[in-house]
This record gives sequence, structure tokens and C-alpha cells, in this order.
Amino acid sequence: MSSPVIDARGVDVTLGGHPILRGVDLRVHPGEVVALLGANGSGKSTLVRALLGIVPVSAGDVRLFGAPLGSRGAHDRVGYVPQRLPAGAGVPASALEVVLAGLLHGRRLRLPRGAHARALAALDEVGLADRARRPVHELSGGQQQRVLIARALVRDPDLLVLDEPTSGIDLPTQQTFVDTVERLRTGGATVVVILHELGAFAPLIGRAVVLRHGRVVHDGAPPRPRDEHAGAHHDHLHAHPDPEPPGTGPSLSVEVTP
Amino acid sequence: MSLVDQLVAMVSSPLMLRALIAAVVVGAAAPVVGTFLVQRRLALMGDGIGHVALTGVALGWLVGNAASVVPQDSLALPGAVVTAIAGSIAIELVRERGRTSGDLALALMFYGGIAGGVLLIKVAGGTNANLISYLFGSISTVSNADLAWTVGLAVVVLAVGLGLRAALFSVSHDEEFARASGLPVRVLNILVATIAALTVTVAMRVVGLLLVSALMIVPVAIAQLFARSFGRTMAVASATGIAVSVVGLSFTYWYDYPPGATIVVLAVLVYAAASVTRPLLRRGTPVHDPHPDVLDDLELNGAEGATGRGADSC
Repeated sequence: MSSPVIDARGVDVTLGGHPILRGVDLRVHPGEVVALLGANGSGKSTLVRALLGIVPVSAGDVRLFGAPLGSRGAHDRVGYVPQRLPAGAGVPASALEVVLAGLLHGRRLRLPRGAHARALAALDEVGLADRARRPVHELSGGQQQRVLIARALVRDPDLLVLDEPTSGIDLPTQQTFVDTVERLRTGGATVVVILHELGAFAPLIGRAVVLRHGRVVHDGAPPRPRDEHAGAHHDHLHAHPDPEPPGTGPSLSVEVTP
Repeated sequence: MSLVDQLVAMVSSPLMLRALIAAVVVGAAAPVVGTFLVQRRLALMGDGIGHVALTGVALGWLVGNAASVVPQDSLALPGAVVTAIAGSIAIELVRERGRTSGDLALALMFYGGIAGGVLLIKVAGGTNANLISYLFGSISTVSNADLAWTVGLAVVVLAVGLGLRAALFSVSHDEEFARASGLPVRVLNILVATIAALTVTVAMRVVGLLLVSALMIVPVAIAQLFARSFGRTMAVASATGIAVSVVGLSFTYWYDYPPGATIVVLAVLVYAAASVTRPLLRRGTPVHDPHPDVLDDLELNGAEGATGRGADSC
């Protein structure tokens, strides 16, 4: 097998004096679709943020595509989809401008030729071509999420990292996520996805890494949920309405409607 | 004398021509930087830098005195540039550490800057009166050397602000994503802080240190009432900045008003007028289904017009 896409060894992360991650080892190989599971506060998001260089590691070593993190690293091959868009300031930004930011990386501080066409194509892929000129803060939550997917896809990533793509979003957007992961996996890309529960992603997930209190407690086949969570129709106690499972819901198409 | 004759007379006065050129370049450059500052919620940063620059003016004066430079204040502008850049980099580093919040760091800058300026000017053997021209601007006394400095620095600010617009937008809009993309976030943040500092010192002679932030921020406030994208906001803000600077300055050719204050009051009036007329100018958008491609997910008993509306909840 070729060299790992993600190679993290002995990663410790301390934020605000609190140890969040302790001695995490994670190696992800090309073509894998890995789910990161764990309760709130288990360190899933922090691990992803450490792997991408958003938060500093206090000990250990992280390599992406064999290169250390930083502006000379391989960040241009990584598409990152955060949980949500940062709260807007006063200045409006159009969906197109947000997606264009996905074309920049450590060795490219100016937009390449043909940037607009690529950004529009990425928006078209998520069904938002007709919203390209709209300010993102005027779009619905699900549409904002799709803009973030487009921003990650515009650079044709070899590694896609999704942070809780199914929490609090509408069905078509969830399906956009699943379709995107499916398509990238078929094309040979690697995917790391943070999830609360496998849900719509279950058929795609080949391996699950479970974190508890900042340590890896399981790495292998996707685990079965605890009994009381196993039923398809049990009562979720979430802050947001639980999405219906796909397949039984209404139309899942995300075609562009002119 | 007709209005045209008066305008011709105005631009043929070398003093006024220099002032107008300075007003145009400052009016164009300041809102470009201001757009980035508003986007990162640092609208008051220009004011904070202005206060620190006052310490720089006094420091330049002090050094000039010690080195017996004539005239006494010839090191004031270089002093302000150096101190303002140092101060804005300091605030950026404090903000990055996250220990002190951005507005607390700004408050420290405000108070330390103005107290330092008053203290140092006294040590340098000057009086507070010497600081007044820097606080409120003295565009009518712009010399050729001042003008060369102003144009040079404004060109640097515009080149950085427009040339790296996409990258500076990325770090200002979503810093975490910029980090995940491997962008040199700290360098870009410091770059924004530095061009903000340069703008403040450039605009010092035109509107004065106390009002410099207004010329960076108020045109952006006007532009974002109408613009629907970042690039458009910046363009409209820059055009507005030029317009209020030139019109405001021209007023002072006929009336004995202080130029800096006239420019800023004009900008605020334009903002007020724009915010009042905006609801009239904006096309009314009819209530529409934001997701026409999604079926309604809730069945509402007996609700006739439920189709097309329930989708709002998804």
C-alpha cells in the first residue's frame, strides 16, 4: 500500500490549559472512507483541526501526503468543510467569492487563471449555480452548507474532510454530502468524516475511529450503536430536529432549477 | 465669477491642487483597507492606530530635537509610520494569542497612545498645541514632500490591498479555513495591520489622526448598504471615499471650515441619506420559496396555502 494520506503520531493538543487530545495515532491510507465517532467533547473536531493545522499540536507529529503542515505543505490537496460558515461581519460576501477562496493555498496567494469558471462549476455541482452572486448570509442554512462543500470541491481535493455534515441541515444538503463523498470515493479520493451517528453515510463508511476523552478507543469496522440508540425511530434528544433516513424521504434530487 | 471660473481658479492654486491630489489618493486608499477591517470586526482599529501614531509624532519630534534637525517636526511623519506599524503588529499578535479580546487590546492602544503622545511632546519641549495639527489635519499646508510621501504610501496600500485581495479576503472571512488551506495566516494578518497603519499615517495630514478612522470606515458603511459582494463593497466604498474627500475639501476653498471635519461630516451625512433612501431604492422582493426543488416536509391539516411555504422550515 502506498504511503498514508494522513500520518499522525502521538498527537497531544492542549487548548486553554486543558488537554483535549492525548497520544492520538491515526494513519489513513489512500481511498479509505473513515468516520470519526465519539460523544460531544470527545475531541473529534479538535483532532480534525489539528490534522489540518488549524490548532497547534503540543506534542507529536502530523503529516499530510508525507509533508509536514504549513504553507509549504500539501494543503492544496485537502478539501475541508467546516460545520458552518463563520458569523458574518458587516461586509457582504457573495457565494462565488467564498468559493473562490478555496482556490488559494500556501503557494498560491492570487487567484489562478480561469478561477471564476472553476468556482461556478463547483457551485453548479452542488446545485447553486443560480445563487452565485447572492450574498451568502442571505442564503438558507442548507444552502450555506452547500457553498462550503463547493469551496472544498473547487480545488479537486484528494482528501476531503467533513465536520459533522449531517447536523442540523436539510435533506437535500445531506444528500449532496453523501453524493459528493460517493463520487470522490469512486474517483479514488480519501474521505474523513466526523459523525454523531453513521446515518445516511453508513453504506460508504469502511472504517470507524472512535474517540473518548481525547483518546482513540476503537479503530476498525464501524461499531454498532448502543441498544437504546439502535432503533431507526428512537427518540433522539438533539438540539435540532432529527433528519429522516434517506430513501424514505421526499425527492432527494439537487438539480439546478433555473 | 461663474462656478466654472471658480473651479478653474481653485485647481490652478498650487496649494489647493496639492491638497486635492492628496484627498483623492487618501479617499481611494483608506476605504480599501477599511473594507478588510470592517470584515474582521476591527472597525475601530484605525482609530486605535491613530492614537498610537500620535506617540510616534511626538517621538519623531523628540528624536528631531535631540539630533537638532530643522525644522523640528521633519521626523514626525517617519516617527508616526514606524510607531503605527509597530502598534498595529502588536495588536494583531495580542489578538492572535486570544488572551485579550480585540476590543480590550484596542482600548489599551487608545489610552496608551494618546497619553504617550502628550507626555513625549512635553519632554521634547513642545506643547499640546503642536499636536493639534496632527490630531485634526492640516491639508491646506501640504508641501511637495508631504504630497510625495502621501502618494507613495497610498500606492503601496492600494497595490497590497488590491493585489492580494483574494488572500486577504480569505483570512478575514474565515480564518480557520485559511489555516486549513495552508495560507500564511499570520503574515497576511500582519500585512492587513501594516497597510492599516500606513493608511492612518498617510491620511494624517488630510483628515487628522482623530478622524482618520472615519475615512476608512464610513465609506464602507455606506457601500455595504447597497453592495451584494465583497468586491463591489470595496469598489463603491473607494469611489465614495474619493467623492466625499474632494467635495468636502472643495467646500473649504470657499468657506473657512476645517477640512478634516468637513470631509467626515459630509461622509456621515451621505450615510444617513443612504440609509434613509435605501428602502425606497431596493426592489421589493416578493415572498418566495427558497427551495422550490424541495417538497414540503410537513403536512399541515386544513391549511389551504400550505404548499410552497412549509419548505421554509427545512
